[in-house]
Amino acid sequence: MADQMIRTEALRKSFGNVHALKGVDLDVEPATVFGLLGPNGAGKTTTVRILTTLLAPDEGHAEVAGFDVVRDAEPLRHVIGLAGQSAAVDENLTGLENIEMVGRLYHLPAPEAKRRAVEILDRFELSAAAHRTAKTYSGGMRRRLDLCASLVGRPTVLFLDEPTTGLDPRSRIEMWDIIRELQSEGTTILLTTQYLDEVDRLADRIAVIDVGRVIAEGTSDELKMRVGGEVLAIRVADRSRVGEAAGQVLGLGPGGGAVDNNTGEVTVPVGDQGPAILTEAVRRLDAAGIALADIALRRPTLDDVFMALTGHAAEEAEEPKENGKRGRRGRRG
Amino acid sequence: MSATVTAERTVDTERRLRYAISDGWVLTKRNLITYVRKPDLLVFSTIQPVMFVLLFVYVFGGAMKLALPPGLPYVDFLMPGIFVQTAIFAATQTGVGLAEDLKKGLVDRFRSLPMARSAVLSGRTLADSAAIAFQVVLMLVVAVLVGFRLHAGLPKGMLALAGALSVGYAFTWMFALAGLSLKSVEAVQAASFTLIFPFVFASSAFVPADTFPDWLQSWSNVNPVSIWVDTFRDLTLGPLNPSGENLMTHLWQSTAWFLAILVIFVPLSVRLYRRT
Repeated sequence: MADQMIRTEALRKSFGNVHALKGVDLDVEPATVFGLLGPNGAGKTTTVRILTTLLAPDEGHAEVAGFDVVRDAEPLRHVIGLAGQSAAVDENLTGLENIEMVGRLYHLPAPEAKRRAVEILDRFELSAAAHRTAKTYSGGMRRRLDLCASLVGRPTVLFLDEPTTGLDPRSRIEMWDIIRELQSEGTTILLTTQYLDEVDRLADRIAVIDVGRVIAEGTSDELKMRVGGEVLAIRVADRSRVGEAAGQVLGLGPGGGAVDNNTGEVTVPVGDQGPAILTEAVRRLDAAGIALADIALRRPTLDDVFMALTGHAAEEAEEPKENGKRGRRGRRG
Repeated sequence: MSATVTAERTVDTERRLRYAISDGWVLTKRNLITYVRKPDLLVFSTIQPVMFVLLFVYVFGGAMKLALPPGLPYVDFLMPGIFVQTAIFAATQTGVGLAEDLKKGLVDRFRSLPMARSAVLSGRTLADSAAIAFQVVLMLVVAVLVGFRLHAGLPKGMLALAGALSVGYAFTWMFALAGLSLKSVEAVQAASFTLIFPFVFASSAFVPADTFPDWLQSWSNVNPVSIWVDTFRDLTLGPLNPSGENLMTHLWQSTAWFLAILVIFVPLSVRLYRRT
């Protein structure tokens, strides 16, 4: 058994002249949740597709659960599970039929496949809908069914490619609970997402990926320290006094800060001194007679992280275009 | 030592073969369920060839009769062509189905599973062949209703229908390749018709080829669809066969074409599937 459940070294993948991955190194420890955070087109899905044997890397190498993703692709497929943002379930089959089919394709004997399917649907509260075709399912149910399918084989390593994208808030929280539960049972999980709060809540370690490169790696706290912790955001009522307000508050934080001339918003990184700096800011602005439209402490967003790490906003990277007529798959993320 | 290795290989090969069959069967069942739950798929692809029958028999039939030898009813000449055409048209569903599975991400799921690499394709082509069989049988009912008769006896007639079915099966592999390379339902549908057209229509399927210009006759003579349809006629027209019976020649030519298509398209499709 390898020390690391997932290890990649200098992974590279290009589609024509678009370099989707430009040397990605990852290390994921057993029984942890690893978050791969980045905007669309950053290379998240390409990474997952390589790690789940759907795509061969051009260069570099990757091991999952001790298996080389290219050389040992066949045995590797026995120990991984994949649930994707496309929710790959057959909508013409019932929930039960879907999971049974996947169980059979893991080469479980028919009675065992059925037993596991019933059990797993029950666990994810899909029993009542087990005999309905998947096309009647809501988005959240479909995603849970997709997850069930990825779990019938009892994988050691589970890959969740944007498991909550497009879900309503309640389904999102349900999905988070499920992920935590799976981790506590010892499953290693690699999760991709565009949402900082998601990896913040779930991931033991996070890698931020941008245009095919890991630009930062660490725990959620470590990453937020690089952004400067929380941010104090102020909007003044009278736009002409933005400069004046900035003069009062910019010096309060440990350093940095920005004035957005378009929105009239002044932001100051406050580290872990949020409440104290907020109080002081209110006091000073009040003394200067500057009326406020809004004042708030907010957690750094993915945009703030990207700003801090790359100096550019987390915009969707240009979709890689493959040359020739090879189709659309394998290019997201 | 080497004996052990050989033995292990044999076990491995045996296991692979067993999985190829059982995984293929799991997916065949899955695809058959789709046909049952979405009957419109079958209904509409059956209505079209029925309309062809009505068009040819009642609209063109009167005029066509003039090109046929006296005593040969057009419907008996036409239906072998229609059976083969029905099988080939129905086979396009393989490409459409695969493109749909690719688009929905189902193929990704299958490819991440430890299942046989051939199963998605064998399950698809087998289930689609069952649908083809269903349509061929339905077409037989329609054929009898418009006056088609088996003039060479029932066993030969059954062999003819089995032949049409195997033509359909061979074409499912051609369309499997189209589905995997084009990856879009619309593109597959458009390409299928273009692919089918020179085979089905530039053949002896609907009219005797001797009315064609020379260049077209040269194509029609080597066109596998002509050969299959002529074989079908050998097996159903009996004494009415205008070209005389060349059953043995036609049979081996038909079989050769059938095998040639499989030998070319099965490995190509499986290879493309592995890399898709």
